[in-house]
Amino acid sequence: MAAFAFYLFAGLLLTSGLMVITAKNPVHSVLWLILAFFNAAGLFILLGAEFLAMLLVIVYVGAVAVLFLFVVMMLDIDFKALQRGALQNLPLGLAVSGVILAEVLLVASGWTAGQGVIVHEALAGPPPGMTNTQWIGSQLYTRYFFVFSMSGLILLAAMIGAIVLTHRRRVGIKKQSIAAQNARTPGGTVAVGKAAIGQGVEL
Amino acid sequence: MIGLTHYLAVSAALFVLGVFGIFLNRRNIIIILMALELILLSVNINLVAFSAYLHQVHGQIFAMFVLTVAAGEAAIGLAILVIYFRNRGTVAVDQADLMKG
Repeated sequence: MAAFAFYLFAGLLLTSGLMVITAKNPVHSVLWLILAFFNAAGLFILLGAEFLAMLLVIVYVGAVAVLFLFVVMMLDIDFKALQRGALQNLPLGLAVSGVILAEVLLVASGWTAGQGVIVHEALAGPPPGMTNTQWIGSQLYTRYFFVFSMSGLILLAAMIGAIVLTHRRRVGIKKQSIAAQNARTPGGTVAVGKAAIGQGVEL
Repeated sequence: MIGLTHYLAVSAALFVLGVFGIFLNRRNIIIILMALELILLSVNINLVAFSAYLHQVHGQIFAMFVLTVAAGEAAIGLAILVIYFRNRGTVAVDQADLMKG
């Protein structure tokens, strides 16, 4: 059963990964990407990493893929023009990815676990009495606390950077200026004078 | 019996797919960013598989950090894409050599 689930998730993951890069329509690419993330989450569950599987669905499908969808649908892009001449990159791409695949296979065929490292053939979950999430948290908030804070800082920098990059200052529109409102004083805005009868007032 | 090697094979195949995707869609930066996400996903699968088979939680924690960086990278990349499109009216990145740097 586990083997069947593995082959199902792995097959769908690779198929949808292939569709992401070959789909004609970028909206379809994003949808295939979402399918790929769901299947990767399935693989994570098979590996016993439930917390990361949920994180993958929430962060990638819920945030990143939707961000991609928004950008693809918001911008009026001529995708037909972009695809022109795409096939002339095919030989180079095949060559480079073939070299990488060959290298990975070479390394994998000669690889053994380092000294003192025991690679268990069977999966084992967290220590008894702990869930996967507790296991991650017990290390993340103690041993990796500095790195954890730094990753928060990275997200903050990414947020500020994205806002600063895409912020557009428009000219010629009316908007409220709170500072100017607060700086108003009665002396500068209210004038008391005598109005002569029948003459009107001059402002 | 599904072993560590199976997961590593899937991860390697996904990595190569991502690299191939970058070459195949060299003009369309949206697909390039998606191919980058695929590459980072394959790295995550690698980390989690080793974490599970070595009975260590550190791989999963590092996968979380990779996830963080990937989310930030996607946000910044798409922001750059939006301002590039606003200035040039296209997302063809092979013409982004105006500065001849």
